[in-house]
Amino acid sequence: MPSASQTPPDPGMPDLAMRRRAMARAGTATEGELREALAQAGLTPEAEDLRAPETGLVMVRGRIGGDGRPFNAGEATVTRAAVRLPGGETGFAYQLGRDRTRARLAAILDAHWQRPEARPALEAALAAIAERRAEAAALAARKVAATRVNFFTLARGED
Amino acid sequence: MYVAVKGGEAAIDNAHRLLAETRRGDPAVPDMSVAQIREQMRLLVDRVMTEGSLYDPDLAALALKQARGDVIEAVFLVRAYRTTLPRLGATEPVDTGAMTLSRRISATFKDLPGGQVLGPTFDYTHRLVDFSLGDGTAPEPAAEAEPAADAAACPRVTDLLGRAGLLEPSPEDLGAPIGDLTREPVDYPADRAVRLQALARGDEGFILALGYSTQRGYGRTHPFVGEIRVGAVELEVTPEELGFSVGLGSVDMTECQMINQFHGNGPVPPQFTRGYGLVFGQGERKAMAMALVDRSLRAAELGEAVVVPAQDQEFVLAHCDSLQATGFVEHMKLPHYVDFQAELDLVRRLRAEHGARALEDPVQREAAE
Repeated sequence: MPSASQTPPDPGMPDLAMRRRAMARAGTATEGELREALAQAGLTPEAEDLRAPETGLVMVRGRIGGDGRPFNAGEATVTRAAVRLPGGETGFAYQLGRDRTRARLAAILDAHWQRPEARPALEAALAAIAERRAEAAALAARKVAATRVNFFTLARGED
Repeated sequence: MYVAVKGGEAAIDNAHRLLAETRRGDPAVPDMSVAQIREQMRLLVDRVMTEGSLYDPDLAALALKQARGDVIEAVFLVRAYRTTLPRLGATEPVDTGAMTLSRRISATFKDLPGGQVLGPTFDYTHRLVDFSLGDGTAPEPAAEAEPAADAAACPRVTDLLGRAGLLEPSPEDLGAPIGDLTREPVDYPADRAVRLQALARGDEGFILALGYSTQRGYGRTHPFVGEIRVGAVELEVTPEELGFSVGLGSVDMTECQMINQFHGNGPVPPQFTRGYGLVFGQGERKAMAMALVDRSLRAAELGEAVVVPAQDQEFVLAHCDSLQATGFVEHMKLPHYVDFQAELDLVRRLRAEHGARALEDPVQREAAE
């Protein structure tokens, strides 16, 4: 499994795809990791609330048979936040759970990420977070892989 | 009939104080943290999330603590909490084919691309009580192995079989509105999407018993487990203010693809039919039972006679919700004094009439003497 640090920021990657990746990475970060990422970029976790962090529900959809018509499988708690920086950049966060502090920090990070001067430092911090997640996922995958069944056919006699 | 009753406030307050103290148990025993419940009673947490129809492991763990481990009471708390929150949207349908697997088995195909992966399972354990768990011994670390080259892409078994035409395809997505029983009451006959929503949040015991009934002959559907997969799926929403989709994070889910005996008519050659189960967390028993009942509820669609409970939509859907069921059963313990007074009056009058008739009837009078 390629680790995050081995996937350098792709200069050909469209801005939107990069921003979505940054938002998704911020979404997996702990509050401490988000504070550290901002601090490493020399930023303070301050911004004006466009919308106070709010916890709500999203309906999680599945598909009948896995690949068919959608159905409503059940809901999940989600917290969203929207902030604006003094320079006018707006940042958003949507993430699972009820942690308003974490959502607001992620939105601040998203806003700063859109400033070209802050982006490289934030990208580096987010890549480090993604690498930690990838390492944990790789370890989990190794443990699961050890439970794979290797069938062998018993001799069936004279045939 | 409910009747306003006054009195008992102090008793109620004190009962709740006693509940709080009793919930805590022996104060000499350390208090249990929500994180401990979330981590170590995970399958219970998963069940509360599934039947509470709300994915939030910490909330479900807290609800279990508050409910003293009573599943239906915890489901009640989760459902009540849910009603306090606004609906912010719906996710893109999850792609279970791209699930990060922690378990994946098939009872129908031995050699699958990606393999059979047991994961953390009770299967094949000896069900002997492990007394070493009582003394806090740390477990042996899990074994590790290099994932095989094909482990990264594990197509659903039904996708493989479907390609050969042996299996009925999933119902096509034609963009029709998706019924939501939390918004509109269920209309019968209910659409399969609504049925699946109801089964997913239905009581595990009830759905299990109904699934079992189909195996025992009450609407046999000859099922095989095509595949069970457990793992993490990514959720995405597209908020209006953004106009592009954002990843919310991942949730654990269990999917069961049940493959059932043939159907075919006219131009359609015989092919296997299917039942589907999808629940939060690791909930194999529930996903399997759900898939069995999903299939049996398709009786009318597949031209089978609707004769047994597991084929009867209204019977199944109207009774599968543990919260509705317990609400109606348990409300019986609340004061019904006036109702019962009326019944008492009636039975006394009937007895008086009965007595009077007995006096008039010579045979009965003789017998009485």
